[in-house]
Amino acid sequence: MRPNNTQSTPHLLLANEAIAQAALNAGISGAYAYPGTPSTEILEYIQRAPEASARKVHREWSVNEKTAMEEALGMSFAGRRALVAMKHVGLNVAADPFMNAAVTGVNGGLVVVVADDPSMHSSQNEQDSRFYAQFARVPLFEPSNQQEAYELTRQAFDISEELRVPIVVRITTRLAHSRADVTPASPCSPAPRPLPTDARQYVLIPVNARRNYEALLDKQPRMQELAETAGHNEVLDAADTSLGIVACGIGMNYLRECYPDTPCPHPVLKIVQYPAPRQLLAQLTARCRKVLVLEDGYPFVEELLRGVIAPADHAICGRLDGTLPRSGELSPESVSRALGFPPAPAVEPPACVRPRPPVLCAGCPHIDSFVFIKEVMAAHPQGRVFSDIGCYALGALPPFEAICSCVDMGASITMAKGAADAGLHPSLAVIGDSTFTHSGLTGLLDAIHENAAITVLILDNGTTGMTGGQTSIGTGRLAEMVIGLGVAPAHVRNAIPLKKQHAENMAMLREEIAHPGVSVIIARRDCIQTARKG
Amino acid sequence: MTYDILIAGVGGQGILSIATVLGRAVLQTGLHLKQSEVHGMAQRGGSVQSHLRVSDAPVWSDLIPRGQADMILSMEPMEALRYLPWLKPEGWIIANQTPIQNMTGYPPVAEVWDAIRRQRHHLLFDAQQLAQQNQLPRAVNMALLGAASPFLPLPVSALEDAIAAQFHRKGQTTVDANQVVFRAGRALAQQP
Repeated sequence: MRPNNTQSTPHLLLANEAIAQAALNAGISGAYAYPGTPSTEILEYIQRAPEASARKVHREWSVNEKTAMEEALGMSFAGRRALVAMKHVGLNVAADPFMNAAVTGVNGGLVVVVADDPSMHSSQNEQDSRFYAQFARVPLFEPSNQQEAYELTRQAFDISEELRVPIVVRITTRLAHSRADVTPASPCSPAPRPLPTDARQYVLIPVNARRNYEALLDKQPRMQELAETAGHNEVLDAADTSLGIVACGIGMNYLRECYPDTPCPHPVLKIVQYPAPRQLLAQLTARCRKVLVLEDGYPFVEELLRGVIAPADHAICGRLDGTLPRSGELSPESVSRALGFPPAPAVEPPACVRPRPPVLCAGCPHIDSFVFIKEVMAAHPQGRVFSDIGCYALGALPPFEAICSCVDMGASITMAKGAADAGLHPSLAVIGDSTFTHSGLTGLLDAIHENAAITVLILDNGTTGMTGGQTSIGTGRLAEMVIGLGVAPAHVRNAIPLKKQHAENMAMLREEIAHPGVSVIIARRDCIQTARKG
Repeated sequence: MTYDILIAGVGGQGILSIATVLGRAVLQTGLHLKQSEVHGMAQRGGSVQSHLRVSDAPVWSDLIPRGQADMILSMEPMEALRYLPWLKPEGWIIANQTPIQNMTGYPPVAEVWDAIRRQRHHLLFDAQQLAQQNQLPRAVNMALLGAASPFLPLPVSALEDAIAAQFHRKGQTTVDANQVVFRAGRALAQQP
């Protein structure tokens, strides 16, 4: 049975929620984020938390991850603790301020939570954010369970203020969206720190940047020392040194699952803190000639161990030699097989089971939009419809098969423009209202500046839909925005995506395709899910 | 003692409510648990699942290993079969028989039902009708949970308390109505 801890009651929390609770208990003054699976629940938890409301913690959605990161840096500059949260590809958007926050350094503790998505359950790729922390030369925590997600996030704020750099907390989908009981520690209320006294610190003109960068390099030995000695990375010793196991983050859970009743007979190095603990790794590889690396994501530690000159007297097993699948998340089965346990007898689902892919909800406005777009484009086999990230990306699947691209936030407009520059016509872009304010404005400005022959359809359903209906900052104001950017008012059109408007919408789209410059059609109707919730 | 339940259905059917009620009941009983969910893209009318793992010792993997689930609890019949690779040979399938056919190529429903009935331990019933008969057509998930309850290592009082906590904000009438459906599902499962 669970120990009955009367000091503090446990809560059944997602790792996302544990991280959010830890940030609140660490006394943050603000949380900044843009919705993105599997990280969305972090800010949502803070938005619902009574203590966040009582302490007036900033908890509004930002326009995108870059603005979120910069806002958090601003709060840190002002001496207060801040949290910023995003999915893995969101860190690509926030990379500029992230990399440079390591160079400026921070004032109030700044923790950057990134939720990676191995197996791409809801993403375009499965990039591994541990590379970003290494790239920026800052520490990273990767908890192995929900309780650690809480504790390491609390620690991260302290370390951020000790080292004066942003600290990354990295989780993956399976942990982000899994609940377990978490016992929080007592909250603290850190006093605000004074404003930075050195006027040069945050001004990264080369003369200052070079000095700051040297200071960042000077902090590296302390970061390495913490990873080796702070105690979060630990060696679980055992007698059978025919194999040594390096278990990173959630990999530790799958390892323990394989030995339910007895401890693992092989020495294990558990890694939850980076930079990778080279000394602890060297000690393990000195004792064990064969090493298995369990990590959820890229073979980051595995590649580090292999290095350039692969040691002839070691066997390093993991994703790169086929012991584990090269891509996709870890699973209890793949780890069990890697350890040499016999697989469970294979049972297949019966033949009658068919795939059930996600579909647009019945009544979704995007359905009506795709129906009229597709019918108009049938007359233009040489044209293309570039699209973007959101529920409307499902326009790629049957019965619509209406779009030809979905690459990254905002790429619909810019790819349409680039294709138009190459002579492709008609060149359409389909983008949602939240994605448009996230990263569409700048691309549209490029198109306006050059009077590109593109037709942009903004599907304004009043929300950020795919992630569960969060606030969309520009909804309802898009016409003014695009006119303000410089699209000719005669070519900013309003459509209502409904069956009865089908003929009118088709005529509108044909007219704007015929216009040899920038056109924007705003197709406005509320998301059916939001409409239902009322 | 361990008990692993794979909860399945189609996005929008409320499987997370089942998981939440179960989670509360487990916590009240003082057992350890882990409960995983699916969010985002997969929710859009696609196949969704939640893994719920209960134990008197700490639980490690958030996912149920293949071949280890004690129960598949499914709101939709074809979805129940999708997760057969996770079920123990002597495990139970408890499924609502009403198909959700929001896709091309849904098989003839009789084939799906036959495949379920070929499993050694199964309970296939019309949870939708049961909920309707008990005045709360929306509570299909509570009917299903009720049917699962005799098999779970949880006192029924913990489950009923958890239902009360789940619907507390909607008022006592809603709590009572959901509990009625839950009990109807339980009674059905307890029939010889």
